[in-house]
This record gives sequence, structure tokens and C-alpha cells, in this order.
Amino acid sequence: MELTEAIILSVLAASTPLLLAATGELVAERSGVLNLGVEGMMIVGAACAFGGAWLTGSIIIGALCGMFAGVLMSLLFAAMALGLAVNQVATGLALTIFGVGLSGLIGARFVGERITPAPHLHIPYVSDIPLIGHILFGEDGFVYLSLALVVAVWWFLYRMRAGLILRACGDNHVSAHALGYPVLKIRMYAVMFGGACAGLAGAYLPLAYTPFFIPGMTAGRGWIALALTVFASWLPGRLVIGAYLFGAVTILQLHAQGAGIGIPSQFMSSLPYLATVIVLVLLSRARTGGSTAPAALGTVFVPDR
Amino acid sequence: MRDTTSAAPHTSATPLLQTVGLTKRYGSFLANDKIDLDVWPQQIHALLGENGAGKSTLVKAIYGLVQPSDGGLRWEGQTMVLSGPSQARARGIGMVFQHFSLFENLTVAENVALGLDGKESFKEMSARLQQVSRSYGLPLDPKREVWQLSVGERQRIEIVRALMQNPKFLILDEPTAVLTPQEADQLFVVLERLKSEGRAILYISHKLEEVRRLCDTATILRGGKKVSTCNPKAETAASLARMMVGTEIKQVKPAASREITVPRLVINDLNLEPEDPHGVHLRDISMELRGGEILGIAGVAGNGQDELFAALSGERLARDPGTIVIEGIAAGHLSISRRRKLGAAFVPEERLGHGTAPRMRLSENALLTGHAAGNMVQHGFVNTAATLNAVDRATETFDVRKAKRDPEAASLSGGNLQKFIVGREILRNPAVLVVSQPTWGVDAGAAAVIRQALLDLAAAGAAVLVTSQDLDELIEISDRIAVMFHGRLSASLPTAEASREKLGLLMGGSSLETKEQAHAADT
Repeated sequence: MELTEAIILSVLAASTPLLLAATGELVAERSGVLNLGVEGMMIVGAACAFGGAWLTGSIIIGALCGMFAGVLMSLLFAAMALGLAVNQVATGLALTIFGVGLSGLIGARFVGERITPAPHLHIPYVSDIPLIGHILFGEDGFVYLSLALVVAVWWFLYRMRAGLILRACGDNHVSAHALGYPVLKIRMYAVMFGGACAGLAGAYLPLAYTPFFIPGMTAGRGWIALALTVFASWLPGRLVIGAYLFGAVTILQLHAQGAGIGIPSQFMSSLPYLATVIVLVLLSRARTGGSTAPAALGTVFVPDR
Repeated sequence: MRDTTSAAPHTSATPLLQTVGLTKRYGSFLANDKIDLDVWPQQIHALLGENGAGKSTLVKAIYGLVQPSDGGLRWEGQTMVLSGPSQARARGIGMVFQHFSLFENLTVAENVALGLDGKESFKEMSARLQQVSRSYGLPLDPKREVWQLSVGERQRIEIVRALMQNPKFLILDEPTAVLTPQEADQLFVVLERLKSEGRAILYISHKLEEVRRLCDTATILRGGKKVSTCNPKAETAASLARMMVGTEIKQVKPAASREITVPRLVINDLNLEPEDPHGVHLRDISMELRGGEILGIAGVAGNGQDELFAALSGERLARDPGTIVIEGIAAGHLSISRRRKLGAAFVPEERLGHGTAPRMRLSENALLTGHAAGNMVQHGFVNTAATLNAVDRATETFDVRKAKRDPEAASLSGGNLQKFIVGREILRNPAVLVVSQPTWGVDAGAAAVIRQALLDLAAAGAAVLVTSQDLDELIEISDRIAVMFHGRLSASLPTAEASREKLGLLMGGSSLETKEQAHAADT
């Protein structure tokens, strides 16, 4: 009982940064921009968030610092990939490499410091209900925020005109431009939202997951978030399922090692990617027409004026 | 410059829309040079010109997509400056685009909503969409996604979307290019009705007969300048074409007599499932093409022409080798290079990206199709002299105009690149040439050169298969014409018996009767 609860709690904690980062990337990709710099934006977000929280003692200011850093990083990407129409894949990869280095620089003086981690919700009695009480009503604020964000993004994409326009830019930027929509501006906002989410996801790690900063602490979570977007076939609902599934795999891998089960940990770490490949194959076989991916994803757009 | 006043009397004192000395410069290139155009209410005004004459730039300026470098627009006599299409729409200017400005993975209703300014709720908009589409006889299902729809239905979305803004002024950019003659007739009924409702229409088309039938006034552009405004009903198609091109167009001459020889390309009961979900399933396709013959394949785009081309060229392999026979050898399972070695040559529809690698030099592009046969590769090394020689020969024989001896493919204009591609294949002396849309988007002069080359190739004994959307072209050069519809190929009609009406019916998928008559005619 105790162990089950502990596992579920740690799965939720492991899944939240994945869900946050993937939600942001989903919006960017729906607008037609493939930003492979998620890992870089996350790690810079983590470093800045820890710095902010350590200096001010406030988790919220820390989280805002993380988001702000993520947005700045994404603006760098937008300037290159949208403004100068540089290849998006190359720019994204460069952003990750840059981010890993930059975060080491920013975080160097914080290594070894500790902060008080983000508090967990506690509603008297309700949170004390065995098993579900703690799981449903005893999480930190980020967990609830991430779920609210997914609902908000779904509402935005499918119930609001602005969301329709954003999806239109991702489907066919030439048409969107011909109808008079500012494709590059819309994509820039989408990329910035992606940056804010990645920064927040990075912030979660030193603010709630482990109360200290170590260089490289995102440990490939940005890449998992990218895989997750594909796994979810760009649908917010499936993103939640995918995030918790991938989070569970990461945690089970640790427990499997602890229990001495003889599966190589490398194999377990590769499972999210393997699952993504399998899902892609299944989706393309099951589909009768249309395309699941945003049709203009990753293509450069230069308006003629 | 010549200016004859239009035949129709104007109902109002000022034109609805005027361009006054409108000029658009791209760097040193003048796309529009001081163009004056008056469009009156209740008028269908044709805008004619070759590719690159500046028609698209002009309508983009009227729709606010492009800012004029000089001169400007007047709307009901008042100066008008548009910073974007939404301002044009607010004034009452609607546009139906040539290359559909639709979103494949969104629904019909979402597509329409994107073209409106979003002042009404999605639900109200959907209701109005159904009402407008019904009242103009343009039925649409708002919930379907665009990729599921036919070309005709897609155009309907564009037209309904424009009509929902209740425009006073409607621009149509080559609306009939992709329609069957019958679908075009239905469109003309709608346009006549719009005109009678007092709206003005600016109508861009290459089809001169159609313009003479439908339009009250025509303005002709050439090289970015206005050549003339005239009454098309008082002109002939030939005189309009002369004004567009500036010189007489050479008439294509078939050889006096051609010897019909052995079957060189045979298709036996070809069935092929589509590779991608948007594709067409090829069903029961059979035909025989002999040396010295040109067979034309007509049909509305997207009825399996691309899939047939892929199957013939070897981009997709047939399951049964015997379904495609080239020069008497079962070739359905052979690769593209093996088919080329048998004497086949292929010219795909898309010039850049399929026919050539855009960023590679012409000589490298010559190598890409020429390596299988001939002397371009020796002991695994590229014979540069031979590839350059191929470029030079194509340049001379087909009058390919380019800035230097061996430029990148993408730097050539559409017509010159097409002449190069067709020339590259013809100079390999193929026994079988399969060519798709040989003169699509090519100016009249280059088109005449290409058509003549196909006729000469057939006269030299090759079998030529031409797929085209342009019925006039097929009637001009083919000996027989067959029609593709929903992945099936009709029996072929001798060109003399293939009237536009008959072909139009086949293109719309109707009439087995005509098919049976054709069978009777064949045997």
C-alpha cells in the first residue's frame, strides 16, 4: 500500500515536467514550427528558476524566472528560424547545445545550494483519505497547473477562433498568408508559449522535484517531451495519457533496478522512444486520410510582399 | 495602345474600382508598369495575359496582399489604400484563388470561417454557409475535411466563402483551369447571376473562347504593361492571343503521314492501390500504344493521372510484371533505370522537384535521367563533357534561354525549364515517351515548341503518351484520346470523333453509352 502510493506519487512528479514541456511544444508544432530546442530551453529555465528562488526565497518568483528564461531562449530561436528563415531542425539543435552550456554557466554558483521545495497542497481531512486523498489532493501546485494548462490549450485550439487560425498556419502557411493572417507573428507567439512552458517545466525540477540545481539535471526530458508530442499525435488529450505513461516508465525503471530485476536500464530508458515509433506506425496504418501531423510542420515560410 | 469602349452601357457614373497608374517593382523587375484599369458594377471584366504578364501581381494589389510601389487604387471614385486582405474584404472585395487557398486538414466550415472576419459565432456562420451554398446551387457539407473533397467541391468552398462576404467586387483567378466543361458551365450560370445582382467580376483566364462567351470587357497585359482594353465579343480568339503574345503564334503542324508500327507500350489490366491516403486506386487499366502514335489522356486532375504516371515510370512497381509491357518486354517489376534502358523516357508534371533537382545544374540534371543509357557514365565516373554536351544540344534544338551555359535548374523560367526537360528526354531518342502536362504553366511560344517536338518524335516512330488537363492541347496533337475518371481509363476515341462535349461527359464520369460507342469505333 505504502509502496504503491509512493510509486504513484513519484510517477506524477516525474510526469509533470514532461507534460508541461510537451504542451508548449504541441502549440508551437500546431502552428507549424518544429523547435528541437526544448531540452535547451528547459535546462536554462531550471538554472534561472533555481537562481531566482534561491535569491528571493520565493518559489513563484523562481518559476517566473524560469518561464522568462524559456521565453528569451525561444525568442532566440524565433529570430533565427522565423526572422531569418534558417532551417528549423538545425536551429533547434543549436539551441539545445547552447542552452546546456549556458545553464552550466548560470548555475555554476548555485551548485551545492538548497532551497525549500514547493509546498504540497493540504486540505484537512480530504488530503488524509487513504491512498487517493494524498494522490489527488496532496500534490504541489505545478501538477494542478499542468493539467489546467492542457485543458486551456485544448479549449484554445478547438473552441476559439485564434486557435483555429493557429492550426491553419500549421496546415498551410501559404493559404493563411493569402487570407491575410500574419503567419510569422502567430508562429512567434506560439514559439514563445512553447518557450514559457519549457522554462516552467525546467523550473519544476529544482523547485519541486529535487530542491537543488545540478548541471544537466533535465537529463533528456526535453527530448522525451518532443517524442511525446508525436506520440500524442498532436492532440492535447492524448498528451496527458502519454506523459503519465512515459513518467511511469521512467519511475518503474528505477524501481526495477532497485528490486534487482535483470532488465538493462538502458533498455528501459529507451522505452518512451520505442513507444513513440510504435505509435507512429500504428497511426499511419490506421489512418484513412488526411494527415495527423500539422502539414506545414518544420517548413520555412518567407512571405512575398 | 488601343482603347475601344466596352459594348455594355454602364449603369453608374463612376467605376466601382480603378487602378490608377499602378506600378509594382520587385528590385529592378517591373511586375506592373503604370496600369490603368476601370471595372464597373454589373460587369464581367476579363484580365488576360501570358504567365509573367503581371496579372497575379495586379489582383494581389487589388486584394491588399501586395503594396503598390507607385500609383494606387480608387474605390467608387475615392482613393483607397489597403494594408491587407481584411481591409479589402471590409470594402466588399472578394477573391477566389487560383491555387486554392484551402486548409486540407480542416473542415469546410472551418475553412470558410478563416476567410471571414469572425464577427459572427461559428454556429451562425455554419448556418449561413448552408443557406448561401443552397441558394446559389453550390452544395457543401460543412463538417467534411477538405482532403476528402474533389477539385470541383474545393472550388465551391472558395466561391461560397467569397460570396458569404456579400462582395460588390469579386476576383476569380483562373477558376475553370481545373473544371470539366460541364462544371465550368455551371460556374458561368453562377457568375451571370452575380452579375445580374449588380456585382462586378474581374475574371482571369487563359481560355479565350470562354472569355469571349462570358465577359463584357477585356484588359490585356503583356510584360507588366497594359496593351489594350477591348470588347472580347468583337474580337476573335486569335486576335486576343496576338495581343497577349505580341507576335503571331506558330501553328503546330503534324507530319503529313505517320507510319503506325508495332505496339511499344502496352498496359494489361493494371490495378494498383494508392500509396498515400490522398491517392487514387487504379482499376482495370488497359491500353495499347503503337509506334508513331500519340495517345492523349484527358481528365480532371486527381483522377489517377499521377498514380498512372508513377506506375508507368517505375516510381511504383506493379505486382504483376506483365501489366506493363515496354517494347515487348514485361516491365511492371522493373526499376526506372531498367525501363529507361528499354527505351522509355518520362517527363513528370512537376518541373521543380520531380522533373529536375532545383538546386542542381542542368548538366547534373541531364545526368540524373541520362545515366542509365548512353555514355554519360564510364567505369563509374561521370563524363562531364557528355553531360554538358547534352545540355548544349537541348539548348540549341529547343531554344532554351538561360543566363549562362550551365545554370541551376531553379534559375530558369517555367517555359524554358520545361523545354529543357522535354528536350533532354527527346534527345535520348526514346521509343516510348510518357509525358504529363507538357505545357502546364508555360507561355504560348514555348508551348508551341514543345507540342511540335512531341509530334516530330511520333513522326520519327516513337510511341507518345500525353496526360493533360488542356483539352485543346490534346485535340491538337493526339491521334486518340482516352479519359481518366476515378482511377479508371476509358476506351480511347479517335480525336476526330472526340468532341469537347463527349470528353466532358467522360471527365465527369457519366455515360457508359459513350464508352460503348467508343468501343464500337475502336474495333
